[in-house]
Amino acid sequence: MDAILLQILNGLDKGSAYALIALGLTLIFGTLGVVNFAHGALFMIGAFCAVTLQRIFKLSFETLDPTQKDFLGNPLKVKTPYVESWFGPEMGAAIIDWSVPLAILFSIPIMLAIGYIMERGLIKHFYKRPHADQILVTFGLAIVLQEIIKAVYGANPIPTPAPEVFRGSFDFGVMLGFDPNAIIYPYWRMVYFAFAAVIIGAVFAFLQFTTFGMVVRAGMADRETVGLLGINIDRRFTIMFGIAAAVAGLAGVMYAPINSPNYHMGMDFLVLSFVVVVVGGMGSLPGAVLAGFMLGILEAFASMNEVKSILPGIDQIIIYLVAIIIILTRPRGLMGRKGVMED
Amino acid sequence: MLGLNKKDTTLLLVVMALALFAPFILNPFPEGSSLAQMFNAGYPDLMQRFVIYGILVIGFNILFGLTGYLSFGHAAFLGIGSYSAVWVFKLIGMNVIPAILLSMVMAGIFALLIGYISLRRSGIYFSILTLAFAQMSYNLAYSVLGNPASNYNLTNGETGLQLLLDDPRILGVSSVDGSLPVTSFFGLAMRDSYQLEIGSWLFTFNVGYYLCAIIMLISFYISIRIFRSPFGMMLRAVKSNQQRMNYTGLNTKPYLLAAFVISGIYAGLAGGLLSSMDPLAGAERMHWTASGEIVIMAILGGVGTLIGPILGAGFNEYFKNILSKINDDVLHAWLAFLPDGLENFFVGIMHYFVGKGWHLTLGLLFMLVIIFLPGGLVEGGQRLMKWFSRKDKNATETKTTPAE
Repeated sequence: MDAILLQILNGLDKGSAYALIALGLTLIFGTLGVVNFAHGALFMIGAFCAVTLQRIFKLSFETLDPTQKDFLGNPLKVKTPYVESWFGPEMGAAIIDWSVPLAILFSIPIMLAIGYIMERGLIKHFYKRPHADQILVTFGLAIVLQEIIKAVYGANPIPTPAPEVFRGSFDFGVMLGFDPNAIIYPYWRMVYFAFAAVIIGAVFAFLQFTTFGMVVRAGMADRETVGLLGINIDRRFTIMFGIAAAVAGLAGVMYAPINSPNYHMGMDFLVLSFVVVVVGGMGSLPGAVLAGFMLGILEAFASMNEVKSILPGIDQIIIYLVAIIIILTRPRGLMGRKGVMED
Repeated sequence: MLGLNKKDTTLLLVVMALALFAPFILNPFPEGSSLAQMFNAGYPDLMQRFVIYGILVIGFNILFGLTGYLSFGHAAFLGIGSYSAVWVFKLIGMNVIPAILLSMVMAGIFALLIGYISLRRSGIYFSILTLAFAQMSYNLAYSVLGNPASNYNLTNGETGLQLLLDDPRILGVSSVDGSLPVTSFFGLAMRDSYQLEIGSWLFTFNVGYYLCAIIMLISFYISIRIFRSPFGMMLRAVKSNQQRMNYTGLNTKPYLLAAFVISGIYAGLAGGLLSSMDPLAGAERMHWTASGEIVIMAILGGVGTLIGPILGAGFNEYFKNILSKINDDVLHAWLAFLPDGLENFFVGIMHYFVGKGWHLTLGLLFMLVIIFLPGGLVEGGQRLMKWFSRKDKNATETKTTPAE
């Protein structure tokens, strides 16, 4: 029982990332009908927002400290980050420590802007072109974004630690009444899962309970009629693209402590996120979330040693196998709607 | 000639001339000059890649260009072909012909399996299914079937599959004087070259290159025949309106599957040739970004045209080669005529686009081509031709009007 629970928990953090990226992908697909191969790159840019903010906070100036000597006997140069000199040493250190959560605020405007520019500047021109062209141009954009990040930040992963409080693990099993040490779980993964749940809830609430969301849903169901009612649906869809980009970016920001950001992390997640979208059903938001968590957990189960001893290597291919079986048996995916991308 | 009409015969002859005289054409600068180091591409390794990737993209074009089905997993067949060929070199002997044949057969079998399943869906789903299959093959090759400790180590994982001195090679020899034997075509070693010196020019004629070039010409000829055949016509009909084809009572599946298998066999052939030139196969050839590169080459050249794939493959490989050779020193030398500040400024900017940043340049170029020239280089050429001919016409018209 505790082993099963442990695997479910292990699957949750990856599942959350899949679910968040897939949510954005399917949001774009459902509203604009575009397959966005650059969505993984947006996830990666989000992670690098966290890296950037941490670097900004760590910007420092040097002063000579006459009380301390270096090994040559000269006054020691001491580096003081600007934030420490502005807010005092303790507050400043806390800000640096909390740079990843603070990057959430930093990244939202950036990601919204990137999404808006991407839609208005590039993708807008591809609505009338075949799906293959949309795939190709966003694929090209993904390469370009990835290479820009590589040129600026280098090819090596950049460790971006979580705040001190959330480092390390805790004994989750004891809380639920299991034996001690049965389920040890890192704090940050718990935070990530909670964060993902909040974001997913917020997106659904936004679509369900606001007038804007209602119009967007109406537009997803029948774009033409909404347009005929005199509503500028294109503008709303553009904003939804920005929101989808922001969701991917936030998923990336919070993922930075779990996996040190590197320039190809987006591509690694992209293929799996596509698989998730297809399994969940193109254009179905609940389907994307469900499939994201399901595949994440399935992957965790497949990497158990007991399973691997029977079917070696199954953890590497399980997601693809499941996806292939689902596409072939339920072509619309788990919760796909009728009439969306039937061909 | 050979059942081709006049236009296609000319095209085939042009490609033939280009391929056979490539060692001359690609070496326009005298040996040892600075231009030669940068722009000459007439060395065997690169020329082999030109024609091998040409074969690969010609095959991809039969699927994507004719039917419009965008496969994002074609690199899987390239990898399967490479591995099969290396296994032939390990088990049977160093002759390249059985290796190439086996790689085609293996890729064909896998294409039949993958195609049969993937072609049940179309559009984006087809792309994602092929992507999933390719990624699955990559993971299998990289870790599952590549574990050196297990009994079924087919791919040797991260290191890549390579020849060893104690391989059986039942029809050949395990080792020659304590070193590995080389791949050969009935005794002609692939790496043998004949060097011709004319003045200060040095031309290299490589056996492996000419084998690849001849196979490429045969593949190109077959692709022309497919394009002009009723079968090719059927594939085009599928591209323009598959539903209508189905309504007329025609089952399009076998045609699509045949196209998929043919293009898979082409990819396997390319993989087999890659291994024949350099008997080493790694999983990174199957990664989905490698599939993406095949798509990029096809688009750059011009999808659905005959010559496009060859142009695209050549263009991509050539610029990859040049761009990765340019470094900051070269840039400084080129821009030395500018004032120092400007020079450093431009070098600072261009630094990101050359050398290790060639991916960025090619990515940007790819995007520009998709946005402005969906027909690739071929369409660009046609537009230029049209532009010039129209200009001439206008010129003659303006000349004639006042005379009337």
